[in-house]
Amino acid sequence: MEDFVKFERIDKSYDGEVLVVKDLNVDIAEGEFLTLLGPSGSGKTTTLMMLAGFETPTNGEIYLKGTPISKIAPYERGIGMVFQNYALFPHMTVQENLAFPLEVRKMSKADAKEKVDAALDMVELGEFGTRFPAQLSGGQQQRVALARALVFEPQLVLMDEPLGALDKNLREQMQYEIKHIHERIGITVVYVTHDQSEALTMSNRIAVFNDGVIQQLSTPDVLYEKPDNSFVAQFIGENNKLTGTVKSVNGQYCEVDLDSGGSTKALMVNVSSAGQKTQLSVRPERISVGTNASENKFTGKVEELIYLGDHIRVRLNVCGSNEFIVKISNEGNISFKEGDNVDVSWAPDDIRALDI
Amino acid sequence: MEANISTAEQILTTDGIPLKDSLKKTERRNKIKAFLLVFPLLLFIIVTFIVPIFDMLGRSIDDSQINTVYPKTFEEYKKWDKDAEELPPEEVYKAIYYELGEGDKIQIGRALTRMNYSKSGWKSLIKKTQRQIKKDLKAEVVIASYKERLIEINEKWADRTYWYAMTQMLNERTPIYYWNALDRTYDAEMNVVMQSEERRIYIKTWIKTFKVSVYVTFFCLLLGFPVAHLLANLPLRYSNLLMIFVLLPFWTSLLVRTTAWIVMLQQNGVINGVLVWLGVLSDDGRIQMVYNETGTLIAMTQILLPFMILPLYSVMKVIPPSHLRAAANLGAKPFTAFVRVYLPQTVPGMSAGGLLVFVLAIGYFITPELVGGKDGQLIGHWIAYHLKTTLNWGLCAAMGAILLGIMLILYWLYNKIVGIENIKLG
Ligand SMILES: Nc1ncnc2c1ncn2[C@@H]1O[C@H](COP(=O)(O)OP(=O)(O)OP(=O)(O)O)[C@@H](O)[C@H]1O
Ligand SMILES: [Mg+2]
Repeated sequence: MEDFVKFERIDKSYDGEVLVVKDLNVDIAEGEFLTLLGPSGSGKTTTLMMLAGFETPTNGEIYLKGTPISKIAPYERGIGMVFQNYALFPHMTVQENLAFPLEVRKMSKADAKEKVDAALDMVELGEFGTRFPAQLSGGQQQRVALARALVFEPQLVLMDEPLGALDKNLREQMQYEIKHIHERIGITVVYVTHDQSEALTMSNRIAVFNDGVIQQLSTPDVLYEKPDNSFVAQFIGENNKLTGTVKSVNGQYCEVDLDSGGSTKALMVNVSSAGQKTQLSVRPERISVGTNASENKFTGKVEELIYLGDHIRVRLNVCGSNEFIVKISNEGNISFKEGDNVDVSWAPDDIRALDI
Repeated sequence: MEANISTAEQILTTDGIPLKDSLKKTERRNKIKAFLLVFPLLLFIIVTFIVPIFDMLGRSIDDSQINTVYPKTFEEYKKWDKDAEELPPEEVYKAIYYELGEGDKIQIGRALTRMNYSKSGWKSLIKKTQRQIKKDLKAEVVIASYKERLIEINEKWADRTYWYAMTQMLNERTPIYYWNALDRTYDAEMNVVMQSEERRIYIKTWIKTFKVSVYVTFFCLLLGFPVAHLLANLPLRYSNLLMIFVLLPFWTSLLVRTTAWIVMLQQNGVINGVLVWLGVLSDDGRIQMVYNETGTLIAMTQILLPFMILPLYSVMKVIPPSHLRAAANLGAKPFTAFVRVYLPQTVPGMSAGGLLVFVLAIGYFITPELVGGKDGQLIGHWIAYHLKTTLNWGLCAAMGAILLGIMLILYWLYNKIVGIENIKLG
């Protein structure tokens, strides 16, 4: 099948000195929900803007259903977009804002009204139709922007942090709503966020951006379980990091001498030979406490216990790091307290040797 | 504490004082503080702005000075039955005889100017008569009939039209200056009539003032809009440079700029010179671009342009570029996006600039005076003329009041149509 959207070797520079997007290659399938996730300034909005046609790639080409996008004017692309600052028209009421894309498509008044009402109901703003954007709260404005991007039924919708201004409850509700709309109408969504949990819950695939480069592009579970490099490991979820030097390589695994002394067996991901410096990454919930494991076993002092109901967070001083976090699910059998020394261990498959 | 407790549950503060009283007290203190801060400015504005305006409004209808000069004459005059008698009765002649002979010379002089507005000829008549009466009084001549004596001194005292003109001065308040400012005057029967053909100058000037102001506003908008748009959208270092060019006129004397336009536009000036040199014009086909309405229009447009650009700029500056993008994204072609999304958002700037330019243009003086020549004069010219040359301050005040009225009407219209809270100057 032909890709719906295809970024091919895209570079982008605003000032001719810094590349804010570097050699971007992404294929987006029809109906996919792709999220661009990354820290502020990593080039997410820029990527979206190039797709929408408001920025021109400095190099490379973007294809929309096989057609080079540079040949299609922005107003003919039929791409819905939710802007980071909403970009609602302040001189039009909510209804007029929503009717705008229908009017410029010469839709009849009656049809337009129907669609507008339906869209407003969808975002639960039915009774706010006659208000002006300035009379709405930030969250309501965001929902209007969302409705406006969807009302003309585009095949592709771009959303630039559409839920940034919402409180937690509404945000979760809207995440569900967007997901629902996506599944129901089968539109393709390119979604930008820097909230990783939002990305994990909503997306088919996530592209993790840093410094204008995609660090890893895969499904949420792979991204979490098998980060390709230390940036991704650090950025997605919680992560304990240890540094060391590869001592020996043994098939899939390697033996790493920790800088703080001792050694551990780890999964080789981003290192290739003995002598290399490496950063080890292990998730807090993959660490067992007080077991009698034979390998990868260390002793540490409990610095802090945080009771969180369903699980308990333990901060340990282990392997020269006193920020070492362990999550233990609460089964009523915690037998140590702050100040105690405990044994911790992990399976070689759960500790990944990454770049530094 | 308040005695009548109307609401059943009045809320008290912890000290037992009703909450409302307590709030009022704290607010009063803040109000007094705020008032004291603005007080010097308030005083300044009252003394230098409000008082003069009311003084002007007062002057425009004031006719009391002449009433203090001829109190007795006017009193007797009112008893004159114009249908029964051709000329005023003897008492009137007698009263004016003594009031001219014994009255204060300076006051009579001032009154004379006023009398001449109503009928020219009063001045010389009274001056001559006054001289003779003074001689009479010195010689202690016995006068049998003051009427005959005055007619003997000057036969114009038997001319009814002089006496009729006096009707206009009997009241301490008069609309005459307003009528004059609109090329109208009173006839003998106190009807408002048009001035004689050759004296109708003001209505023409009013219309021209209005026309020029509308044109200037329109041209300023036409020229200012793209500049403001550029200013708001260029990268900072270019827009700063452009802003300097926009503001440059403010750093140059108005007089210098106006004279520069004369140099540019006159028949032997720069523009004509270049056109002749290029062969577009022949040497004797040089265009007259200054000392007429064209000159006024060109120079005023240039001088008032910043007042249009700045409010427009300040409005455009805050229109996020994402609006036009959003419009395009929603399927609007660039033109539609501009008209439906951008333009409506600049209306506050356009109207603020328009109002500002129009109001400035309508009362403009120096530039039309210098480059306007004979037919490029606006109403300001006549105000200045009467202020300095004829000393007809009543007429000046009336013209000023009309200008003020026009502005208030515009302001009111603006508020009705656009809403004054939409004005944005920065
Ligand atoms: N119009 C512009 N001119 C110059 N530089 C720009 C422009 N827009 C963005 N940049 C730069 O490009 C880089 C990427 O910006 P971009 O807006 O794509 O970041 P982002 O990932 O969307 O960040 P955020 O999460 O904060 O929205 C930033 O360093 C930014 O300063
Ligand atoms: Mg962004």
